[in-house]
Amino acid sequence: MYQIIRRRELNSSVTEMEILAPLVAKKAKPGQFIILRVNDEGERIPLTIAGADPAEGTVKIIFQVVGATTIQLNQKQEGEFIQDFTGPLGKPTEIEGKKKVCVIGGGVGCAIAMPVAKALHEQGTEVTSIIGFRNKDILILEDEFRSFSDKLIVTTDDGSYGFHGNVTVPLKEMLENGETFDEIITIGPLIMMKFVVAAARPFNVPVTVSMNPIMIDGTGMCGGCRLTLTKDGKRVTKFACVDGPDFNGYEVDFDEAMSRNRMYMTFEAHKRDEACNLMKEAQ
Amino acid sequence: MALDPKKHEMPTQDPQVRAHNFNEVALGYDEATAVAEASRCLNCKNQPCVSGCPVNIHIPEFLKQVKEGNFEEAYKIITQTSSLPAVCGRVCPQESQCECKCTLGIKFEPVGIGRVERFVADYHNAHSTEPAKAPASNGHKVAVVGSGPSGLTCAGDLAKKGYKVTVYEALHKAGGVLVYGIPEFRLPKSIVAKEVETLKELGVDVETNIVIGKTLTVDELFEMGYEAVFIGSGAGLPNFMNIPGEALKGVYSANEFLTRSNLMKSYLDDPVTPIMKGGKVAVVGGGNVAMDAARTALRLGAEKVYIVYRRSMTELPARKEEVEHAQEEGIEFLLLHNPVEILGYNNPDNPRDERNGFVTGMKCIKMELGEPDEKGRRRPIPIEGSEFTIDVDTVIMAIGTSPNPLIKNTTDGLEVNKRGGIIVNEDGLTSRSGVYAGGDAVTGAATVISAMGAGKLAAKSIDEALSGK
Repeated sequence: MYQIIRRRELNSSVTEMEILAPLVAKKAKPGQFIILRVNDEGERIPLTIAGADPAEGTVKIIFQVVGATTIQLNQKQEGEFIQDFTGPLGKPTEIEGKKKVCVIGGGVGCAIAMPVAKALHEQGTEVTSIIGFRNKDILILEDEFRSFSDKLIVTTDDGSYGFHGNVTVPLKEMLENGETFDEIITIGPLIMMKFVVAAARPFNVPVTVSMNPIMIDGTGMCGGCRLTLTKDGKRVTKFACVDGPDFNGYEVDFDEAMSRNRMYMTFEAHKRDEACNLMKEAQ
Repeated sequence: MALDPKKHEMPTQDPQVRAHNFNEVALGYDEATAVAEASRCLNCKNQPCVSGCPVNIHIPEFLKQVKEGNFEEAYKIITQTSSLPAVCGRVCPQESQCECKCTLGIKFEPVGIGRVERFVADYHNAHSTEPAKAPASNGHKVAVVGSGPSGLTCAGDLAKKGYKVTVYEALHKAGGVLVYGIPEFRLPKSIVAKEVETLKELGVDVETNIVIGKTLTVDELFEMGYEAVFIGSGAGLPNFMNIPGEALKGVYSANEFLTRSNLMKSYLDDPVTPIMKGGKVAVVGGGNVAMDAARTALRLGAEKVYIVYRRSMTELPARKEEVEHAQEEGIEFLLLHNPVEILGYNNPDNPRDERNGFVTGMKCIKMELGEPDEKGRRRPIPIEGSEFTIDVDTVIMAIGTSPNPLIKNTTDGLEVNKRGGIIVNEDGLTSRSGVYAGGDAVTGAATVISAMGAGKLAAKSIDEALSGK
């Protein structure tokens, strides 16, 4: 059992928790993820690590309350326990030797982009961050990004805060104005990452994307998290849990990944409603 | 008393009934049948059966005790060499091991050794109230990576000799493939839990949720004071055929399909982890895993299940009893068939059509057998122009696995072969001093009992290396 040491709500549907898991905290690096189960009968879900404090032995996770399991997780309070917490899994984001990087986060993906920006900043990389949200109400981690970025652009789809539009618009503007980056690292919805890749393509900037397919074990056993990459003209199967979750954005088949992520849409909607109803009854 | 030429029948659930439930198929012998079957043993002097057993169970001795009604004595004899008798009695391919060496088998059917072994283990588990006693500590610490058959065996053997053993398991539950892979109807999970409990009584610590190679490395285990490490991390990533359509929704690896159903209990009426149920299902492959996946799909409510295998029934590698059970349950075997493409739904007028990207069928080609390959199995050759399509909603690939890369990538000096399997010598020792390995992590996908044999060998080698210290 793993204790929730701290819990705070970042907005109405995004919660941050710090979980006591000393072995995971000691090893966790930006870009890696954990697998958790809320209770003994629960499903295994992957969540990317949003930070760790090895001295205290805690690992930070930030999650959006979107389905049955995240609804149950969100109901857990400070001091309470979750059943299982395994990690750190996957390969860390490669940041070494990079002088100038653009970090692009979308929505709750910013929770994962933030530790990457922080690690880059701490090694002396010049960091430009673009963080995008649907609207001002769901904006998260602006202060953190500001402190780890040499330049920060906040975008909202509806223009209620910062730049009006999605993250690719300021990216394109910068690239067209001759701005150069060693790399673009983007984390967020698949559709956003797909368009970041498309925006960067004419300028030949390397793009790293963080993939979030459906997983079960997360340790290289089930193969559910497979993606198709095109390498040197050949299509190859890779597994996000052990080969990723970071991949070269130009190689990823995003349309296939988006389709695969919708495999259990009906089931998930049913489970979410069930969890919502249970929560209402409890209240 | 005249010798019965046939094995005593194993009572089973009726095929029509069991095809719709997850309860165990084979029901086990009662006392009288077990005694009668054990009495068929000729008690040969040279004991050929023992040489056929990867863990060399003293078979004639335990059968003699059963014949005399001393079931607990029989249990003691089996557990001198086997840590998991209730498991082996159920999942071992006895027909190609102990029973194929049985003298009686030359003229008649061999003694049903596996069935009697199962009876003895079940009898003990039902009647024994005494917890296993932890022996006096010998002061040595050993770490075991993975709680599957090789790891549990290695841990059990060492614990019985007084070693302080910690088993590290990556998943949330101990048992490895016995829990995530082999279905409830073939190996009830309560039996695996009982075997793990017995190990704990012997003083073995089981730490779940720890991925060696990630949470801790092999080097850190040595820093923590373990004097030897056994790697039994199991098979690994599933293989796919690299044919078009394998990323469509409805295509599973057998590992994923079985893990969802077994470990995550998707077979329950209102599961928390989803799985595609019903419709028509094709399972590609001919091993035990393919049989397990096919029979699981059937029990989940499939209207039709095919096994698609590129060779003929003679080459089919699955355990004979599982093939027979699958046939009785109505699974159709498309032998000498090979998939060439998986077909999916695509509505060109509506990219948002919810059915887009789901499997609708599988194109297969007919095969014929040519010359034997390097393993002596006749090579399947496609018959040109024989392609045809079967309608299916789910495709399950059960064509083997490749070893998990996590430990190899994080352990300096650990040598692996071309296929990624850890290289060991005849003592189970790897290229790293103090690091032993066995099971699927070494051999690639194989059987439970061969993994147990490897765990046993490593335990013996570890004991020899450490007991002098």
